[in-house]
Amino acid sequence: MKYLKKIRVGLSLLFFIPILLFFLDFTGKLPTQLHQLLSIQWIPALLSMDFIILGVLLLLSLLFGRIYCSVICPLGVFQDIVTWKTRLFRKKKKFRYEYAKPQNWIRYSILALTIIVFIFGSSFLVLLLDPYSTFGRISSQLFRPLVIFANNGLSHLLGKTGNYSVYEVKQLSFIPLAFSLAFLFFLVVTTMSWTKGRSYCNTICPVGTGLGLLSKFSIFRIAINESSCVRCGACERKCKSQCIDNDTMKIDETRCVSCFDCLSSCKKDSIHYEYRYKKQTTSVTEPKVSSGRRTFLLTTGAIISTAAFAKPRKIISKNDSILSRMPIMPPGAGSMEHFKTHCTACQICITKCPMQVLKPAALQYGISGITQPHLVFSTEVFCSYDCNICTTVCPTSALKKLPIEEKKLAQIGVAKFRKDKCIVFTEEKDCGACSEHCPTQAVHMIDYKDGLTIPEVTQDLCTGCGACESICPSKPYVAIYVEGVSTQLKAKKPTDAKKFDKKIDDFGF
Amino acid sequence: MKRRDFFKSAALVGLTSVIKTDLFGTAVKSGSVAVHSEPDLVAVMGGEPEAMLLRGLKEFGGIKTFVKKGQKVVIKPNIGWDRTPELAANTNPDLVAALVKQCKLAGASEILVFDHTCHDWKKSYTNSGIEAAVNAAGGKMVPGNDESFYRDVQIPNGVKMTSNKIHQAILDCDVWFNVPILKHHGGAKNSISMKNLMGIVWDRKFFHKNDLHQCIADIATSHKKPALNIVDAYRIMKSNGPQGKSEADVVLLKSLIISPDFVAADTAALKMFSQVQPTDIKDVRHIELAEKAHVGTMNLESLNVKRIKMN
Repeated sequence: MKYLKKIRVGLSLLFFIPILLFFLDFTGKLPTQLHQLLSIQWIPALLSMDFIILGVLLLLSLLFGRIYCSVICPLGVFQDIVTWKTRLFRKKKKFRYEYAKPQNWIRYSILALTIIVFIFGSSFLVLLLDPYSTFGRISSQLFRPLVIFANNGLSHLLGKTGNYSVYEVKQLSFIPLAFSLAFLFFLVVTTMSWTKGRSYCNTICPVGTGLGLLSKFSIFRIAINESSCVRCGACERKCKSQCIDNDTMKIDETRCVSCFDCLSSCKKDSIHYEYRYKKQTTSVTEPKVSSGRRTFLLTTGAIISTAAFAKPRKIISKNDSILSRMPIMPPGAGSMEHFKTHCTACQICITKCPMQVLKPAALQYGISGITQPHLVFSTEVFCSYDCNICTTVCPTSALKKLPIEEKKLAQIGVAKFRKDKCIVFTEEKDCGACSEHCPTQAVHMIDYKDGLTIPEVTQDLCTGCGACESICPSKPYVAIYVEGVSTQLKAKKPTDAKKFDKKIDDFGF
Repeated sequence: MKRRDFFKSAALVGLTSVIKTDLFGTAVKSGSVAVHSEPDLVAVMGGEPEAMLLRGLKEFGGIKTFVKKGQKVVIKPNIGWDRTPELAANTNPDLVAALVKQCKLAGASEILVFDHTCHDWKKSYTNSGIEAAVNAAGGKMVPGNDESFYRDVQIPNGVKMTSNKIHQAILDCDVWFNVPILKHHGGAKNSISMKNLMGIVWDRKFFHKNDLHQCIADIATSHKKPALNIVDAYRIMKSNGPQGKSEADVVLLKSLIISPDFVAADTAALKMFSQVQPTDIKDVRHIELAEKAHVGTMNLESLNVKRIKMN
């Protein structure tokens, strides 16, 4: 049975390493098909209602227990790596666990709250607690900047000597709230796994708790052979879920993540991974419902749902310095309502956006939409016309997959022109930067005066890509900007220019 | 920039301009022996990009007139947009590759190609077809998106713009070629060789903010000048420039205009363009402004112009 652990470790790395690299890759060289590894995570599959994936995940849980937590979940494997690394820092004797009582009160409350808040229409807690998305935020907000930093250092060194083989990559701008959220979870997860193995998964993670309930019925499970066990406690010391009680010879299956570490620890071969219904077993007692828990549920629920349902704020300007606008959602988001409830802010679209126009929101979508992606235009940063990467990598169906031809018509916003800020109006000089950058010529130049031309916007044609806003040189207030929409519509297809068919045979000079 | 560096580059710029005048300037400008001298401008029509380039360069005495063995060469095409070659938003990749090959033959030690793109630089390099063509021909693509590769340069003759940052590849090379494509342009009215210079500088917004045309003329006065402007008019974009919407904006002219003179090249190219889409040269103000700054001449009659038809 000792081979089971090796298989588990091997498989988990097969999932973990590609997922990590997918989040870190800033070259765009990794195939976008890797997003399939994100779609098979529990929460994304639940949100996109992918019944095939859900069926397979369910089957896996009913067969093998919480194998998801040990193999597929990147946050789970990340914790195993942290736990494994602690060996470098402590003496072998201290690298031990002992049985701990389950934190039922906390874990079932969190699970219940997450479900209740979601049923009432907000995915705030799902966003905060989905382990895959938490891993995504940690990778993209903490690990990725370090990798890019190293790359850029190398690029500058080489570039100075005329070697251009490594090129500079822009860091995603620093959003304090997004960073803090990722850092907070990084601290909590790392500390808990450093000292207590998988206690994050068994105390806080709602997916872990939910799968724990399922694994009570799994066909295979870990069990101790009471007749041959000598109670040496080796398995208990190895159990990072702290769910093996050597004294009573019981295993708390709800917390066992099927890591199989215990199997290889037993010198007497008394602990097995076996068929559950071989013989009668004592059932695990159901967690009792106390009135204290109910009060806790109610009050916390009230507080969290207030936060969760806070509407996205429209920033209203008193003067021209702040644009009055809704947050601009990525293409394929459909409506604000759909997007907000389906996006778990895993950041994969943000890390894949070649233009880096997608950024994690602070409070633009309200508290419940913290770190969900929105578009922020700045110099030469806008949504590329011929690009649909964000819609293809989204694992949760928050962004509907748009083929490139559909994406070109997806209206994520509408450009608004403010003549009194325009250089052509204020300086009476040619500019046209906005029209130059407009891919559909929704922004085009019309005659103004004295041979000058000034921009005009045809709203039907505008996709809201923000190229115009990104390049507008007017200071301090841009003369053209994109207004967000709450429901994304389809823009009109731009009509082609009149073809020129005559043959030119002359130089013309 | 350190003062010492400034003197060094000033000396270098001075030196190159002297060499160039010796090569093909004085004889013609003195006006005495126009017939047998090197041409000021060559226009070729009716061939494929590579054939037209070779034919045109032949009039100047071949590539070796400009590129010496062991020299570092830079080619600056227009790669501003994430568009395929058929849409004529970027310089024709076959033309760029042919020029790389020529420089290679002349013994250039290094041939770098770059543009400070408007769209995502990686996508523009790839989808323009230029990256693949240059690599295959033995040149090297250089990123143009990194501010640290740009160095401050003074533009003493600038009217509106007296300094900007220019890519180090241009500043450090021995000789460079400006290879624009002939296009309609919503802002500048037309984009030819001088407009193409916006891709060697870092701060492009400055142009739009401070009288676009004057700034384009300013940049043409100052920096290390290209050995030649090679205007790609194989496919031109007649409308909806500079990006274009579809192939309906594209007209096949199968032409090429070569001249060391910015103003002459742009004047000739605009006249060719006007046969498709009539454009008043007065509206493309930077051409006139550049002439006023003595960058070159709009008077094609005063120049030795060669017109060559290939079949």
